[in-house]
Amino acid sequence: MLEAVDLACERGGRSLFRGLSFALRGGELLRLAGPNGSGKTSLLRILCGLLSPTAGAVHWDGTEIRRLREEYSRQLVYLGHASAVKDDLTAAENLRITCALAGLSVSSREIQAALGTFGLDDLPVKRLSQGQRRRAVLARLLLSQSFPLWLLDEPFSALDASAIALVEGLIDAQVARGGSVVFTSHQESRTRTGRVIELGTEA
Amino acid sequence: MLAAARCIVYRDLLLALRRRSDVATALLFFVIVTSLFPLGIGAEPDLLRSIAPGVIWVAALLSCMLSLGRLFAADHADGTLEQLLLSSEPLGVIAAAKALAHWLVSGLPLVLIAPLIALQYDLPAPLFGVLALSLLLGTPVLSMIGAIGAALTLGLRGGGVLLSLLVLPLYVPVLIMGAGSVDMVAAGLAPDGQLLLLAALLIVAAAFAPWAIAAALRISVE
Repeated sequence: MLEAVDLACERGGRSLFRGLSFALRGGELLRLAGPNGSGKTSLLRILCGLLSPTAGAVHWDGTEIRRLREEYSRQLVYLGHASAVKDDLTAAENLRITCALAGLSVSSREIQAALGTFGLDDLPVKRLSQGQRRRAVLARLLLSQSFPLWLLDEPFSALDASAIALVEGLIDAQVARGGSVVFTSHQESRTRTGRVIELGTEA
Repeated sequence: MLAAARCIVYRDLLLALRRRSDVATALLFFVIVTSLFPLGIGAEPDLLRSIAPGVIWVAALLSCMLSLGRLFAADHADGTLEQLLLSSEPLGVIAAAKALAHWLVSGLPLVLIAPLIALQYDLPAPLFGVLALSLLLGTPVLSMIGAIGAALTLGLRGGGVLLSLLVLPLYVPVLIMGAGSVDMVAAGLAPDGQLLLLAALLIVAAAFAPWAIAAALRISVE
Protein backbone atom coordinates (compact mmCIF):
# COMPACT_ATOMS: atom_id res chain seq x y z
CA MET A 1 0.00 0.00 0.00
CA LEU A 2 1.26 3.43 -0.95
CA GLU A 3 0.66 6.13 1.60
CA ALA A 4 1.46 9.82 1.34
CA VAL A 5 1.47 11.69 4.63
CA ASP A 6 1.19 15.45 4.75
CA LEU A 7 3.31 16.03 1.66
CA ALA A 8 4.49 19.50 0.76
CA CYS A 9 6.57 20.52 -2.20
CA GLU A 10 8.34 23.76 -3.00
CA ARG A 11 10.07 24.37 -6.30
CA GLY A 12 12.03 27.52 -6.97
CA GLY A 13 10.66 29.24 -3.86
CA ARG A 14 7.06 28.62 -4.88
CA SER A 15 4.84 26.30 -2.90
CA LEU A 16 3.22 23.78 -5.24
CA PHE A 17 1.14 21.91 -2.71
CA ARG A 18 1.08 21.29 1.01
CA GLY A 19 -0.72 19.07 3.44
CA LEU A 20 -1.37 16.46 0.78
CA SER A 21 -2.27 13.06 2.22
CA PHE A 22 -3.74 10.01 0.55
CA ALA A 23 -3.50 6.25 0.60
CA LEU A 24 -3.60 3.96 -2.38
CA ARG A 25 -4.39 0.29 -1.94
CA GLY A 26 -3.88 -2.50 -4.42
CA GLY A 27 -6.43 -2.39 -7.21
CA GLU A 28 -6.85 1.36 -7.07
CA LEU A 29 -6.33 3.92 -9.77
CA LEU A 30 -5.36 7.49 -9.02
CA ARG A 31 -5.24 10.31 -11.53
CA LEU A 32 -3.33 13.48 -10.78
CA ALA A 33 -4.91 16.42 -12.51
CA GLY A 34 -4.23 20.12 -12.61
CA PRO A 35 -2.94 22.88 -14.87
CA ASN A 36 0.64 23.10 -16.14
CA GLY A 37 3.08 23.83 -13.35
CA SER A 38 0.73 22.64 -10.63
CA GLY A 39 3.19 20.01 -9.45
CA LYS A 40 1.88 16.80 -11.00
CA THR A 41 5.29 15.64 -12.17
CA SER A 42 6.92 16.76 -8.91
CA LEU A 43 4.39 14.72 -6.92
CA LEU A 44 5.03 11.70 -9.09
CA ARG A 45 8.79 12.10 -8.63
CA ILE A 46 8.27 12.37 -4.88
CA LEU A 47 6.17 9.21 -4.93
CA CYS A 48 8.92 7.24 -6.67
CA GLY A 49 11.66 8.67 -4.46
CA LEU A 50 13.55 10.75 -7.04
CA LEU A 51 12.64 13.96 -5.26
CA SER A 52 12.50 14.58 -1.51
CA PRO A 53 9.37 16.38 -0.36
CA THR A 54 9.81 19.68 1.47
CA ALA A 55 7.76 18.16 4.27
CA GLY A 56 5.96 14.90 4.87
CA ALA A 57 6.83 11.38 3.83
CA VAL A 58 5.83 8.57 1.52
CA HIS A 59 5.35 5.09 2.97
CA TRP A 60 5.22 1.77 1.20
CA ASP A 61 3.58 -0.99 3.24
CA GLY A 62 4.21 1.05 6.37
CA THR A 63 7.92 1.80 5.82
CA GLU A 64 9.25 5.10 4.63
CA ILE A 65 10.49 4.75 1.05
CA ARG A 66 13.71 6.64 1.77
CA ARG A 67 14.75 3.74 3.97
CA LEU A 68 13.66 1.09 1.50
CA ARG A 69 15.54 2.55 -1.50
CA GLU A 70 16.05 -0.22 -4.07
CA GLU A 71 13.70 -2.56 -2.26
CA TYR A 72 10.99 -0.03 -3.08
CA SER A 73 12.35 0.46 -6.61
CA ARG A 74 11.81 -3.25 -7.20
CA GLN A 75 8.09 -2.72 -6.60
CA LEU A 76 7.50 0.08 -9.03
CA VAL A 77 7.58 1.10 -12.64
CA TYR A 78 8.12 4.80 -13.24
CA LEU A 79 7.75 6.21 -16.72
CA GLY A 80 8.79 9.84 -16.63
CA HIS A 81 8.29 12.84 -18.81
CA ALA A 82 11.53 12.31 -20.73
CA SER A 83 11.56 9.48 -23.21
CA ALA A 84 14.22 7.50 -21.29
CA VAL A 85 15.41 5.67 -24.37
CA LYS A 86 18.84 5.81 -25.94
CA ASP A 87 18.76 7.22 -29.47
CA ASP A 88 21.63 5.07 -30.67
CA LEU A 89 20.13 1.79 -29.53
CA THR A 90 17.25 -0.04 -31.15
CA ALA A 91 13.85 -0.30 -29.51
CA ALA A 92 14.54 -3.92 -28.55
CA GLU A 93 17.95 -3.13 -27.06
CA ASN A 94 16.44 -0.30 -25.05
CA LEU A 95 13.66 -2.51 -23.78
CA ARG A 96 16.02 -5.34 -22.89
CA ILE A 97 18.31 -2.99 -20.93
CA THR A 98 15.41 -1.33 -19.12
CA CYS A 99 14.05 -4.72 -18.11
CA ALA A 100 17.44 -6.01 -16.99
CA LEU A 101 17.91 -2.92 -14.81
CA ALA A 102 14.50 -3.42 -13.30
CA GLY A 103 15.57 -6.94 -12.36
CA LEU A 104 13.39 -8.67 -14.94
CA SER A 105 14.77 -11.48 -17.03
CA VAL A 106 12.90 -11.48 -20.31
CA SER A 107 13.53 -13.54 -23.41
CA SER A 108 14.08 -12.00 -26.84
CA ARG A 109 10.77 -13.51 -27.89
CA GLU A 110 8.89 -11.68 -25.16
CA ILE A 111 10.60 -8.43 -26.15
CA GLN A 112 9.75 -8.91 -29.82
CA ALA A 113 6.19 -9.75 -28.85
CA ALA A 114 5.87 -6.62 -26.71
CA LEU A 115 7.26 -4.43 -29.49
CA GLY A 116 4.99 -6.19 -31.96
CA THR A 117 1.93 -5.43 -29.83
CA PHE A 118 2.88 -1.77 -29.94
CA GLY A 119 3.46 -2.00 -33.68
CA LEU A 120 7.18 -1.24 -33.62
CA ASP A 121 9.95 -2.55 -35.81
CA ASP A 122 13.37 -3.06 -34.34
CA LEU A 123 14.88 0.20 -35.58
CA PRO A 124 17.32 2.54 -33.86
CA VAL A 125 15.21 4.87 -31.75
CA LYS A 126 16.58 7.99 -33.45
CA ARG A 127 14.75 6.95 -36.61
CA LEU A 128 11.40 6.73 -34.83
CA SER A 129 8.80 9.47 -34.59
CA GLN A 130 7.85 11.04 -31.27
CA GLY A 131 4.78 8.85 -30.94
CA GLN A 132 6.67 5.69 -31.86
CA ARG A 133 9.32 6.61 -29.32
CA ARG A 134 6.64 6.88 -26.69
CA ARG A 135 5.32 3.48 -27.77
CA ALA A 136 8.83 2.04 -27.37
CA VAL A 137 8.86 3.28 -23.78
CA LEU A 138 5.35 2.11 -22.98
CA ALA A 139 6.06 -1.37 -24.35
CA ARG A 140 7.74 -1.92 -21.01
CA LEU A 141 4.34 -1.99 -19.34
CA LEU A 142 3.53 -5.23 -21.14
CA LEU A 143 6.51 -6.87 -19.43
CA SER A 144 5.99 -5.20 -16.05
CA GLN A 145 2.89 -7.00 -14.89
CA SER A 146 4.62 -8.34 -11.81
CA PHE A 147 5.20 -4.84 -10.40
CA PRO A 148 2.50 -3.79 -7.92
CA LEU A 149 2.88 -0.03 -8.46
CA TRP A 150 2.91 1.89 -11.73
CA LEU A 151 3.70 5.60 -11.74
CA LEU A 152 3.06 7.05 -15.20
CA ASP A 153 3.72 10.64 -16.19
CA GLU A 154 1.45 11.66 -19.07
CA PRO A 155 1.26 8.15 -20.51
CA PHE A 156 -1.10 9.23 -23.29
CA SER A 157 0.86 12.17 -24.66
CA ALA A 158 1.92 11.90 -28.31
CA LEU A 159 -0.03 8.67 -28.78
CA ASP A 160 -2.64 7.94 -31.43
CA ALA A 161 -6.08 6.53 -30.66
CA SER A 162 -5.11 2.89 -31.02
CA ALA A 163 -2.09 3.23 -28.74
CA ILE A 164 -4.15 5.12 -26.17
CA ALA A 165 -6.68 2.27 -26.16
CA LEU A 166 -3.84 -0.21 -25.74
CA VAL A 167 -2.34 1.66 -22.76
CA GLU A 168 -5.77 2.11 -21.20
CA GLY A 169 -6.28 -1.62 -21.51
CA LEU A 170 -2.95 -2.26 -19.81
CA ILE A 171 -3.81 0.13 -16.97
CA ASP A 172 -7.22 -1.51 -16.54
CA ALA A 173 -5.63 -4.95 -16.46
CA GLN A 174 -3.08 -3.80 -13.88
CA VAL A 175 -5.84 -2.45 -11.64
CA ALA A 176 -7.93 -5.61 -12.14
CA ARG A 177 -4.89 -7.70 -11.13
CA GLY A 178 -4.77 -5.84 -7.84
CA GLY A 179 -1.94 -3.48 -8.75
CA SER A 180 -1.98 0.26 -8.16
CA VAL A 181 -1.60 2.91 -10.82
CA VAL A 182 -0.91 6.61 -10.38
CA PHE A 183 -0.85 8.66 -13.55
CA THR A 184 -0.96 12.29 -14.56
CA SER A 185 -3.11 13.53 -17.35
CA HIS A 186 -4.59 16.82 -18.46
CA GLN A 187 -7.50 15.16 -20.14
CA GLU A 188 -10.60 14.12 -18.26
CA SER A 189 -10.10 10.53 -17.28
CA ARG A 190 -10.37 8.35 -20.31
CA THR A 191 -9.84 5.11 -18.46
CA ARG A 192 -12.13 3.60 -15.94
CA THR A 193 -12.67 6.36 -13.42
CA GLY A 194 -10.51 6.06 -10.39
CA ARG A 195 -9.89 8.71 -7.81
CA VAL A 196 -8.68 12.11 -8.92
CA ILE A 197 -6.44 14.48 -7.02
CA GLU A 198 -6.72 18.00 -8.36
CA LEU A 199 -3.52 19.97 -7.80
CA GLY A 200 -3.05 23.69 -8.02
CA THR A 201 -6.47 24.56 -6.69
CA GLU A 202 -5.52 25.59 -3.19
CA ALA A 203 -3.91 28.94 -4.02
CA MET B 1 23.53 -7.51 -8.64
CA LEU B 2 26.17 -8.50 -11.17
CA ALA B 3 23.55 -8.77 -13.88
CA ALA B 4 22.66 -5.09 -13.51
CA ALA B 5 26.33 -4.06 -13.46
CA ARG B 6 27.03 -6.19 -16.54
CA CYS B 7 24.02 -4.67 -18.24
CA ILE B 8 25.32 -1.11 -17.65
CA VAL B 9 28.82 -1.94 -18.86
CA TYR B 10 27.37 -3.67 -21.92
CA ARG B 11 25.06 -0.73 -22.60
CA ASP B 12 27.81 1.89 -22.31
CA LEU B 13 30.22 -0.11 -24.45
CA LEU B 14 27.50 -0.61 -27.05
CA LEU B 15 26.79 3.13 -27.04
CA ALA B 16 30.52 3.86 -27.39
CA LEU B 17 30.65 1.48 -30.32
CA ARG B 18 27.74 3.26 -32.01
CA ARG B 19 29.40 6.65 -31.41
CA ARG B 20 32.99 5.85 -32.13
CA SER B 21 33.87 9.50 -32.75
CA ASP B 22 33.42 10.32 -29.05
CA VAL B 23 35.93 7.65 -28.09
CA ALA B 24 38.33 8.62 -30.84
CA THR B 25 38.40 12.31 -29.84
CA ALA B 26 39.72 11.61 -26.34
CA LEU B 27 42.34 9.19 -27.63
CA LEU B 28 43.42 11.47 -30.49
CA PHE B 29 43.65 14.36 -28.03
CA PHE B 30 46.07 12.30 -25.94
CA VAL B 31 48.15 11.35 -28.98
CA ILE B 32 48.28 14.91 -30.32
CA VAL B 33 49.07 16.62 -27.01
CA THR B 34 51.89 14.20 -26.26
CA SER B 35 53.22 14.58 -29.80
CA LEU B 36 53.29 18.38 -29.59
CA PHE B 37 55.87 18.44 -26.83
CA PRO B 38 58.76 16.83 -28.75
CA LEU B 39 57.92 19.14 -31.69
CA GLY B 40 57.89 22.25 -29.52
CA ILE B 41 60.84 21.46 -27.31
CA GLY B 42 63.11 20.11 -30.00
CA ALA B 43 65.15 16.96 -30.37
CA GLU B 44 67.11 17.08 -27.14
CA PRO B 45 67.06 13.40 -26.07
CA ASP B 46 68.03 13.94 -22.42
CA LEU B 47 65.43 16.63 -21.88
CA LEU B 48 62.72 14.60 -23.64
CA ARG B 49 63.57 11.51 -21.64
CA SER B 50 63.30 13.41 -18.38
CA ILE B 51 59.96 15.12 -19.13
CA ALA B 52 58.32 12.09 -20.75
CA PRO B 53 56.62 10.53 -17.68
CA GLY B 54 55.20 13.85 -16.52
CA VAL B 55 53.97 14.91 -19.94
CA ILE B 56 52.36 11.56 -20.70
CA TRP B 57 50.64 11.49 -17.32
CA VAL B 58 49.37 15.08 -17.55
CA ALA B 59 48.03 14.37 -21.04
CA ALA B 60 46.30 11.27 -19.65
CA LEU B 61 44.60 13.37 -16.95
CA LEU B 62 43.40 15.95 -19.49
CA SER B 63 42.21 13.33 -21.94
CA CYS B 64 40.28 11.65 -19.13
CA MET B 65 38.67 15.00 -18.26
CA LEU B 66 37.56 15.43 -21.84
CA SER B 67 35.23 12.46 -21.77
CA LEU B 68 34.01 12.89 -18.18
CA GLY B 69 31.51 15.61 -19.05
CA ARG B 70 29.47 13.14 -21.08
CA LEU B 71 29.57 10.38 -18.46
CA PHE B 72 26.21 11.23 -16.89
CA ALA B 73 25.11 14.25 -18.92
CA ALA B 74 23.79 12.19 -21.84
CA ASP B 75 21.84 9.89 -19.53
CA HIS B 76 20.53 12.92 -17.66
CA ALA B 77 19.34 14.61 -20.84
CA ASP B 78 17.36 11.68 -22.21
CA GLY B 79 15.88 10.60 -18.89
CA THR B 80 17.63 7.23 -18.67
CA LEU B 81 19.46 8.43 -15.56
CA GLU B 82 16.15 8.44 -13.66
CA GLN B 83 15.67 4.83 -14.66
CA LEU B 84 19.19 4.03 -13.42
CA LEU B 85 18.35 5.65 -10.10
CA LEU B 86 15.21 3.54 -9.85
CA SER B 87 16.84 0.28 -10.84
CA SER B 88 16.46 -2.82 -8.74
CA GLU B 89 20.07 -2.80 -7.53
CA PRO B 90 21.90 -0.38 -5.20
CA LEU B 91 22.88 2.81 -6.98
CA GLY B 92 26.51 2.33 -5.90
CA VAL B 93 26.72 -0.80 -8.04
CA ILE B 94 25.32 1.07 -11.03
CA ALA B 95 27.75 3.96 -10.41
CA ALA B 96 30.70 1.56 -10.21
CA ALA B 97 29.63 -0.03 -13.49
CA LYS B 98 29.39 3.39 -15.15
CA ALA B 99 32.92 4.26 -13.95
CA LEU B 100 34.22 0.89 -15.15
CA ALA B 101 32.69 1.42 -18.58
CA HIS B 102 34.22 4.90 -18.71
CA TRP B 103 37.63 3.44 -17.92
CA LEU B 104 37.30 0.69 -20.54
CA VAL B 105 36.45 3.28 -23.17
CA SER B 106 38.77 6.14 -22.24
CA GLY B 107 41.40 4.82 -19.82
CA LEU B 108 42.38 1.44 -21.18
CA PRO B 109 43.20 2.76 -24.68
CA LEU B 110 45.67 5.20 -23.07
CA VAL B 111 47.39 2.34 -21.25
CA LEU B 112 47.76 0.46 -24.50
CA ILE B 113 48.99 3.35 -26.60
CA ALA B 114 51.34 4.93 -24.00
CA PRO B 115 54.37 2.74 -24.83
CA LEU B 116 54.03 3.85 -28.45
CA ILE B 117 53.96 7.48 -27.37
CA ALA B 118 56.99 6.86 -25.16
CA LEU B 119 58.98 6.05 -28.29
CA GLN B 120 58.74 9.69 -29.33
CA TYR B 121 60.50 10.64 -26.13
CA ASP B 122 63.26 8.12 -26.61
CA LEU B 123 62.28 6.47 -23.36
CA PRO B 124 64.36 3.31 -22.82
CA ALA B 125 62.45 0.10 -23.45
CA PRO B 126 62.60 -1.16 -19.82
CA LEU B 127 60.57 1.89 -18.78
CA PHE B 128 57.64 1.06 -21.07
CA GLY B 129 56.41 -1.65 -18.73
CA VAL B 130 56.40 0.60 -15.66
CA LEU B 131 54.74 3.43 -17.57
CA ALA B 132 51.96 1.11 -18.77
CA LEU B 133 51.60 -0.49 -15.34
CA SER B 134 51.37 2.88 -13.59
CA LEU B 135 48.70 3.99 -16.07
CA LEU B 136 46.89 0.67 -15.62
CA LEU B 137 46.70 1.27 -11.87
CA GLY B 138 46.13 5.02 -12.07
CA THR B 139 43.59 5.58 -14.86
CA PRO B 140 40.77 3.66 -13.10
CA VAL B 141 41.26 6.03 -10.13
CA LEU B 142 40.93 8.96 -12.54
CA SER B 143 37.66 7.54 -13.85
CA MET B 144 36.23 7.02 -10.38
CA ILE B 145 37.25 10.38 -8.89
CA GLY B 146 36.17 12.06 -12.11
CA ALA B 147 32.78 10.37 -11.96
CA ILE B 148 32.15 11.93 -8.53
CA GLY B 149 32.84 15.35 -10.02
CA ALA B 150 30.76 14.61 -13.11
CA ALA B 151 27.84 13.56 -10.92
CA LEU B 152 28.14 16.68 -8.75
CA THR B 153 28.29 19.11 -11.67
CA LEU B 154 25.46 17.43 -13.55
CA GLY B 155 23.00 19.87 -15.01
CA LEU B 156 24.95 22.96 -13.93
CA ARG B 157 25.69 25.77 -16.31
CA GLY B 158 29.42 25.82 -17.11
CA GLY B 159 29.63 22.38 -15.57
CA GLY B 160 32.57 21.42 -17.78
CA VAL B 161 34.89 24.11 -16.42
CA LEU B 162 33.68 23.57 -12.88
CA LEU B 163 34.34 19.86 -13.30
CA SER B 164 37.98 20.53 -14.20
CA LEU B 165 38.45 22.89 -11.26
CA LEU B 166 36.90 20.36 -8.94
CA VAL B 167 38.57 17.21 -10.17
CA LEU B 168 42.05 18.17 -11.40
CA PRO B 169 43.38 19.05 -7.89
CA LEU B 170 42.15 15.65 -6.69
CA TYR B 171 44.16 14.02 -9.47
CA VAL B 172 47.44 15.36 -8.07
CA PRO B 173 48.34 12.33 -5.89
CA VAL B 174 47.74 9.98 -8.83
CA LEU B 175 49.89 12.18 -11.06
CA ILE B 176 52.74 12.32 -8.55
CA MET B 177 52.75 8.55 -7.92
CA GLY B 178 52.27 7.67 -11.58
CA ALA B 179 54.97 9.90 -13.03
CA GLY B 180 57.18 9.24 -10.00
CA SER B 181 57.20 5.48 -10.53
CA VAL B 182 58.63 5.92 -14.04
CA ASP B 183 61.19 8.45 -12.77
CA MET B 184 62.34 5.97 -10.14
CA VAL B 185 63.08 3.30 -12.73
CA ALA B 186 64.83 5.90 -14.92
CA ALA B 187 67.04 6.71 -11.92
CA GLY B 188 67.84 3.04 -11.47
CA LEU B 189 65.68 2.54 -8.38
CA ALA B 190 62.76 0.22 -7.71
CA PRO B 191 59.29 1.73 -8.42
CA ASP B 192 57.57 -0.54 -5.88
CA GLY B 193 56.72 2.21 -3.41
CA GLN B 194 54.90 4.41 -5.93
CA LEU B 195 53.16 1.49 -7.61
CA LEU B 196 51.96 0.10 -4.29
CA LEU B 197 50.64 3.51 -3.29
CA LEU B 198 48.84 3.73 -6.64
CA ALA B 199 47.35 0.30 -6.01
CA ALA B 200 46.28 1.44 -2.55
CA LEU B 201 44.63 4.53 -4.07
CA LEU B 202 42.86 2.26 -6.52
CA ILE B 203 41.52 0.04 -3.75
CA VAL B 204 40.37 2.98 -1.64
CA ALA B 205 38.71 4.61 -4.67
CA ALA B 206 37.01 1.35 -5.66
CA ALA B 207 35.66 0.94 -2.14
CA PHE B 208 34.36 4.46 -1.58
CA ALA B 209 33.94 6.29 -4.89
CA PRO B 210 30.83 4.35 -6.04
CA TRP B 211 28.89 5.42 -2.96
CA ALA B 212 30.08 9.01 -3.31
CA ILE B 213 29.00 8.97 -6.97
CA ALA B 214 25.63 7.55 -5.96
CA ALA B 215 25.08 10.25 -3.32
CA ALA B 216 26.13 12.97 -5.78
CA LEU B 217 23.75 11.63 -8.42
CA ARG B 218 20.82 11.63 -6.02
CA ILE B 219 21.52 15.27 -5.15
CA SER B 220 21.93 16.33 -8.77
CA VAL B 221 18.78 14.65 -10.03
CA GLU B 222 16.59 16.44 -7.49
